[in-house]
Amino acid sequence: MLLMVETLPKQFKKNASRQLADEDLRKALTKSKGHFTGGRQKAIDNLPEFDSLRDKARDIKDHVLENLDFYLEEYEQKVISTGGKVHWASTKEDVQNTVLEICRSVNATSVNKGKSMIGEECDINEALENSGIRAVETDLGEYIIQIRDERPSHIIAPAVHLTKSQVEKSFRETHTHLDPQRILEEPPTLLEEARTVLRGKYFEAQVGITGANFLVAETGSSIIVTNEGNGDLSQLLPKVHIVLASIEKIVPSLEDASTLLRVLARSATGQEFSVYTTVSTGPRRKADLDGPEEYHVILLDNGRTNMLGTEFQDMLRCIRCGACMNHCPVYQSVGGHAYGWVYPGPMGAVLTPSLLGVDEAGHLPNASTFCGRCEEVCPVRIPLPKLMRHWRQREFESHLTPKFARYGIKLWAYLVKRPSLYKWVMGVQVKILFLLGKRQGRFSSLPFAGGWTKYREFPAPEGKTFQQLWSESSNE
Amino acid sequence: MENPQVALFVTCLVDLFRPSVGFASIKLLEDAGCLVEVPKLQSCCGQPAYNTGDIGETKKIAKQVIETFESYDYVIIPSGSCAGMLSRHYPMIFTNDNEWLERANKLADRSYELLSFLTDVLKIDSIESDFKGVVTYHDSCSGLRELSIHEQPRKLMDKIEGLHLRELPDSNVCCGFGGTFCVKYADISDRMVENKVNQIIETGAQTLLAGDLGCLMNMAGKLQRMGSRLKVRHVAEVLAGMTRGPAIGEPNRD
Repeated sequence: MLLMVETLPKQFKKNASRQLADEDLRKALTKSKGHFTGGRQKAIDNLPEFDSLRDKARDIKDHVLENLDFYLEEYEQKVISTGGKVHWASTKEDVQNTVLEICRSVNATSVNKGKSMIGEECDINEALENSGIRAVETDLGEYIIQIRDERPSHIIAPAVHLTKSQVEKSFRETHTHLDPQRILEEPPTLLEEARTVLRGKYFEAQVGITGANFLVAETGSSIIVTNEGNGDLSQLLPKVHIVLASIEKIVPSLEDASTLLRVLARSATGQEFSVYTTVSTGPRRKADLDGPEEYHVILLDNGRTNMLGTEFQDMLRCIRCGACMNHCPVYQSVGGHAYGWVYPGPMGAVLTPSLLGVDEAGHLPNASTFCGRCEEVCPVRIPLPKLMRHWRQREFESHLTPKFARYGIKLWAYLVKRPSLYKWVMGVQVKILFLLGKRQGRFSSLPFAGGWTKYREFPAPEGKTFQQLWSESSNE
Repeated sequence: MENPQVALFVTCLVDLFRPSVGFASIKLLEDAGCLVEVPKLQSCCGQPAYNTGDIGETKKIAKQVIETFESYDYVIIPSGSCAGMLSRHYPMIFTNDNEWLERANKLADRSYELLSFLTDVLKIDSIESDFKGVVTYHDSCSGLRELSIHEQPRKLMDKIEGLHLRELPDSNVCCGFGGTFCVKYADISDRMVENKVNQIIETGAQTLLAGDLGCLMNMAGKLQRMGSRLKVRHVAEVLAGMTRGPAIGEPNRD
């Protein structure tokens, strides 16, 4: 069993260096990358109206965010009218307390969990375990990282950082009741084993917790998508179903939800639709053969309302498809754990500072080349680079930018604003660098450019600046 | 417009490290019938300040650039990244300042990256050059995504008889330069450029071309550190037939 390494957004640089040295991670990411990016491309090539669907998806979410109070109230009324309960939670502690209260009310000893990023945001598993309640993750990826005592490294593929031989090793260490000689090399055998182990546990749980991809205001329904069907078993078999969702998951109608579902699966996994799309509305009705006796929805804010009306409101459009991280060359280099909290990649680089504060998570929006690939693939057109830049501005305005960078920029700007002085100073520097570097044409190490020359050669200038040469040639 | 009056914004990196790109740009523009001027009061477009979050300095620098360049018919820039700064980002930083927003918008409308100006505005579809060799091409991010520069360089390269383009897989993936990113997060940048140059080497091309000097210096520096003899040049040098001088990071043999 691996011990979880404490990672925080503040330690992004340290986390990233450690991750870069992890050869298994490199292998795992190389393998998954083409699968995600190629799959998405193929799916959208088959849907000519994909771009106009993205516009529609963006507009639906924008409309909801402009009228969030209205739709939340409508949604709550509908949930109540179908026999369910809505709990409002401002913080993760509120969510934990509500979950524990519900669990205690039915004397729960075991809880099944479908995949939920809000569950991660609220450390639900820890809260349950601390109260003596067993939490069983039923999504294959979540199950793998649970037995390894790790956190998800991706919002839709939690174990994407692992190779299959790492998974095999963890299964052998955990499933000690099974024949040690069994063959367990291929993904289908791993899947079969997890399935068999988990099957029994479904029937032991009194409470099932799932997330929600969408909450539908007109019907009071929650919608989840999965590829394993584990979500359905988690929410249908136990006596009590708890839905954990953040407030921006609301959509006005089922029609709107289906528009969003059409862009979600294609962006996420390259599927036209996820294997299971499940709509839950209230607890079991009299005529129903199965379903939970109680249906609870816990609606989490945790800082999201503070984003409304600010430049970061666009971030609340996010439908958690993961396309931004699948296409992000930084994420693909360092993996999700480097980001140090629940949400990695470009969406995390914008959302994490919003929820934890830029003083905690300032590195994340800085660790981007602004290549713009995330915005290019985002199904709800979130301008992620622009929002990361907004965080850098907030950071700069609050004097949180590291002193060296701050003074460096000020000194540089002083020169740039004085072109004649700039030309003179740069002309001298170029001359010196030229004289030092002309034999090789480049430098293998340079003081003040160590970050560059540690990994790459630095080209020597050509002798004079362009502007010097140009004014010489035009004076001739 | 016959013989448009064009200002060359040479960019700080070309000015300091690769003047030959500036001369190549002038040759291409003059051959296309432009009257080219190089305004003296130019330094940098302000991206380092902008991307560090120093919006105050960015505005001051942007105003200076606008004042220097707004009287020309066109502002031409041999870099997608700096052209994107003038044509896409300047208007965004003055959203709350009507006077400067108007001036920024006007400048934005007449600012172009070099190759897209030649093909999209001047409608040039072939350029003569005696370059010979197998090249591969990297699409720099800002040019590609902010200015939709993809076909333009290929169209022009295609017409050069001796030039054979071998497409680079993932040519639309960032090389890891990212301005100050490459020194602030040097080890991550290194992984990105390592992945990039491995793919470049696999193409078997003798020369790597791109339209942005920052990316070129990054990739050239990594190729050379790995011991590769691949030559790296700005695409304008090849189109202008100005490849007699040393490639990026190569010593001058004269």
